[in-house]
Amino acid sequence: MSNLLIWPVALPLLAALLALLWPGRSTWIGVAGTALSLLAVLLVARQLVETGPIELALGGWAPGLGIALRADGLSLLMLSMSSLVAMAVAVYASVYFSQSDRRGEFWVLWLLLITALHALFLSGDLFNLYVTLELLGLSAVVLACLGGSRESLRAALRYLVLGLLGSLAFLMGVALVYAGYGTLDMAALGAAIEAGPTAWVALSLMTGGLLIKSALFPLHFWLPPAHANAPAPVSAVLSALVVKAALYLILRLWLELFDGVVTQAAALIVGVLGAIAVVWGSWAALRAERLKLMAAYSTVAQLGYLFLFLPLLAALPQGEGRDLALGALVLLALTHGFAKSAFFLAAGVIMQRAGHDRIAELGGTARALPVTAFTIALAGVALIGLPPSGSFLAKWQLLSSVFVTGQWIWLPVIAIGTLLAGAYIFRLLGHAFAPGEGVGPSLSVGREEIPAMLLALIATLLLGFWATTVWDLVPITAYAAGGIG
Amino acid sequence: MSVWLPVAILLSSFIPGVLIFFQPEERHRLRTLLNLLGAVVKMVLVGVLIWGVFHEQVFETRWAMAPGLEFVLHADALSVLFVSLSTLLWLVTTIYAIGYLEHTPHRSRFFGFFSLCVTATVGLALAGNLFTFVVFYELLTLATYPLIAHKGSPQALRGARIYLRYTLFGGLLLMIGAVWLHTLTGGVEFVEGGILDQYANLDQSTLRWIFLLLILGLGVKAALVPLHGWLPQAMVAPAPVSALLHAVAVVKAGAFGIVRVVYDVYGVEFAAELGVLTLLGVVAAITIIYGSVKALSQDHLKKRLAYSTVSQVSYIVLGTAILGPLATIGGLVHLVHQGVMKITLFFAAGNYAEALGIHQVSEMDGVGRRMPGTTLAFTIGALGMIGIPPVAGFISKWYLGLGAVEAGAAAWVLPVLITSSLLNAAYFLPILYRAWFKSQVTSWPADKTAGCARELPDPLLWPPLTTAALALLIGLFAAAPYSPLEWAELIAGREYRQ
Repeated sequence: MSNLLIWPVALPLLAALLALLWPGRSTWIGVAGTALSLLAVLLVARQLVETGPIELALGGWAPGLGIALRADGLSLLMLSMSSLVAMAVAVYASVYFSQSDRRGEFWVLWLLLITALHALFLSGDLFNLYVTLELLGLSAVVLACLGGSRESLRAALRYLVLGLLGSLAFLMGVALVYAGYGTLDMAALGAAIEAGPTAWVALSLMTGGLLIKSALFPLHFWLPPAHANAPAPVSAVLSALVVKAALYLILRLWLELFDGVVTQAAALIVGVLGAIAVVWGSWAALRAERLKLMAAYSTVAQLGYLFLFLPLLAALPQGEGRDLALGALVLLALTHGFAKSAFFLAAGVIMQRAGHDRIAELGGTARALPVTAFTIALAGVALIGLPPSGSFLAKWQLLSSVFVTGQWIWLPVIAIGTLLAGAYIFRLLGHAFAPGEGVGPSLSVGREEIPAMLLALIATLLLGFWATTVWDLVPITAYAAGGIG
Repeated sequence: MSVWLPVAILLSSFIPGVLIFFQPEERHRLRTLLNLLGAVVKMVLVGVLIWGVFHEQVFETRWAMAPGLEFVLHADALSVLFVSLSTLLWLVTTIYAIGYLEHTPHRSRFFGFFSLCVTATVGLALAGNLFTFVVFYELLTLATYPLIAHKGSPQALRGARIYLRYTLFGGLLLMIGAVWLHTLTGGVEFVEGGILDQYANLDQSTLRWIFLLLILGLGVKAALVPLHGWLPQAMVAPAPVSALLHAVAVVKAGAFGIVRVVYDVYGVEFAAELGVLTLLGVVAAITIIYGSVKALSQDHLKKRLAYSTVSQVSYIVLGTAILGPLATIGGLVHLVHQGVMKITLFFAAGNYAEALGIHQVSEMDGVGRRMPGTTLAFTIGALGMIGIPPVAGFISKWYLGLGAVEAGAAAWVLPVLITSSLLNAAYFLPILYRAWFKSQVTSWPADKTAGCARELPDPLLWPPLTTAALALLIGLFAAAPYSPLEWAELIAGREYRQ
């Protein structure tokens, strides 16, 4: 039954080819392909919950030679998030791009992006990770410039250059690992890697590359323009999923392969950068005049929170306390994924109705588009980290880890970040609920507004009340067994 | 039943609230039906709860939200006190709000959030541990914000923004304190008599810091000076919201939280040992006097009432800060008494504004003759606030005084009580004098009921009369079974069991 693993990757790839062959039917193929990939992920989930981590060697080649696919709890969570978000965004995009003459290109790239994401979450060796990372980056860049405006092209170009730089650094790290240990299979590497110059340089290169891709301060500057100027469905997946892929890789590297190599000092540096990102990103979001730019800066801040966890994880001994913190990190990443995609889709709805997304002129939105306003409020609750959202639980655990480890310096960061997030979300809600004619009366199409609302509900209710699943699935078992055991 | 009852009590206002959001504006019959159905169902369920808790039945729901973090609804005697108050006043306020908001826009949104607000309040009452309390504390902030901003005017938005600034900050402090305590103890359940005296190894000064954080967080909603700044601004909300805000929802949530922390987390004796109660008592005393002094100089009726709330809510805190069962009884019973009396006053203030456009105290000359029912209710509420027997407020002050004597704190508590009562009289009696004994000089600012045979429509007139009668009855029959006083004695008995 382990062949199941091939489908989340193969189905979107197949659909991409079909969409390329039949551009006229691309919308239909795109939505169906996304739906089938979601179905495949659900089947994998059922299997994985029953049997534990799954492995598949493609073509029967032993790992180390052929392509190995692996799924454990962490990959399953990331896969589930990306396929669910992708489904909702695809439904929205089917309306968004219905009149566009670029919809053929969109759907092909869209399906490639899903392929890359799913393959990345399932890859079991470093070289495949590099390939999927590159594919992901390239399809994301092309999607980001589909809007066609001058700004979006300029932003996409910057995105491209930095993305390539990131991948290059990652590739050099991979090459070093191969030179040092003679294998790229992660299970084998988990046992082989020991602290030393090779491991050090390789880890620094790979992490550096990934930090660019996950837009950690001060390497974040490409993100706001790229995310804010892309078409709404693209912004949604860029902010919710693509940056998370790089974060996922950092977790894999730091906690599995290079566990024991990572020093407290390195973790502290990343944590400090994360802290600056939290404060600076939230501040910039508060100052932003445009809705989508605000959402993009908020992503910078939210990613900062995720990096705050790293010094805490490094300080906690392996065991229950660390698993709690790791679960909280993943929960925060998932909640942000759902909330931010919901937010961007809602922003897209508003932007298409109003013709602009200037926050100060959004009066009347709540009356004209109640469902969308409600979506923004729900997603906002998750972004601030108020109950009952998943990020509230994650923040509780984050604070808890701060107290347990005695790393008090993060306390004011979390506090300031939360208050600033409250300020920028409620500033927006204040404008949206104020009377005004910023958004004219309009018929709302269910296919546009409902997917975003469902995503927001997942972030605020489902991940709040059913979050224990995350902690059940997260403890990393796949490779660590070889390294520690 | 014992597992589902607390959940059912929450859902009885949550489900109508959610359904109401989706009703178009013009379907006001269905909306009213949903509202009243929810309120009545909640009353019945709470009736069962009161009976059960009195007979020491256990009502508890648990749901694991994260490892080590449980969502717990648990009904003890203290929850019942607050739940019954919220439920009863919700029903009355809903009727009033239906009358008050007739023909105004956005009623579905209003009643939706109104129901959510009550759900959060009841959730606070039923929260079985500190984590759940924090959850509902934040939810209450979220549900109340749209109600304060409801009118959408720049003034309303400003009031709501200030409210939000204070409460988000307070919520954050509360959360930090709660997490800190959580990491030290591994879980903070509310247990009668407190839990912290069992952890002998905990550093006392850490516990003092945590206490400070928790009280600062809760003090924002309880409007303790100097964290009270939002309350006078929030009175821009429509009258029913102000009524609910000042009587049960927000300020009471803070006061109730302080009661919880002192009695059921720290334990009142342990808190006294730590020396934190003195600080709390001093803050409460300052708030009581400060609120009353500020109320004196307000000509705006709702603002005067708002400062009066600042002062009166701290009686509850004062009762909590004095060690001894009598003071506990005084504080707890005031939780109910202040609610019933203050809601009466706000209903009446809403009626004056609605019928005659009266917003200022100086415009109230002779209003008693024109609106006798409303003014009668206002009078009973005001006399109660001053503490004149047999209205309920007298009972609270009496027990607080007795408690102070019992605890040997009479030297500073009694002067505070006496000064505050004199100040209460000084800002309420002139209103009563104007209303009943002065004659009308100028015409009413905006007379909307000219030529009507009756003072006001029933939904506006009966709620204040009902709550005024209630304030009188719970004072007169304070010794009857199931009266708030009896119930407060039951709680105090359980808290001081050892």
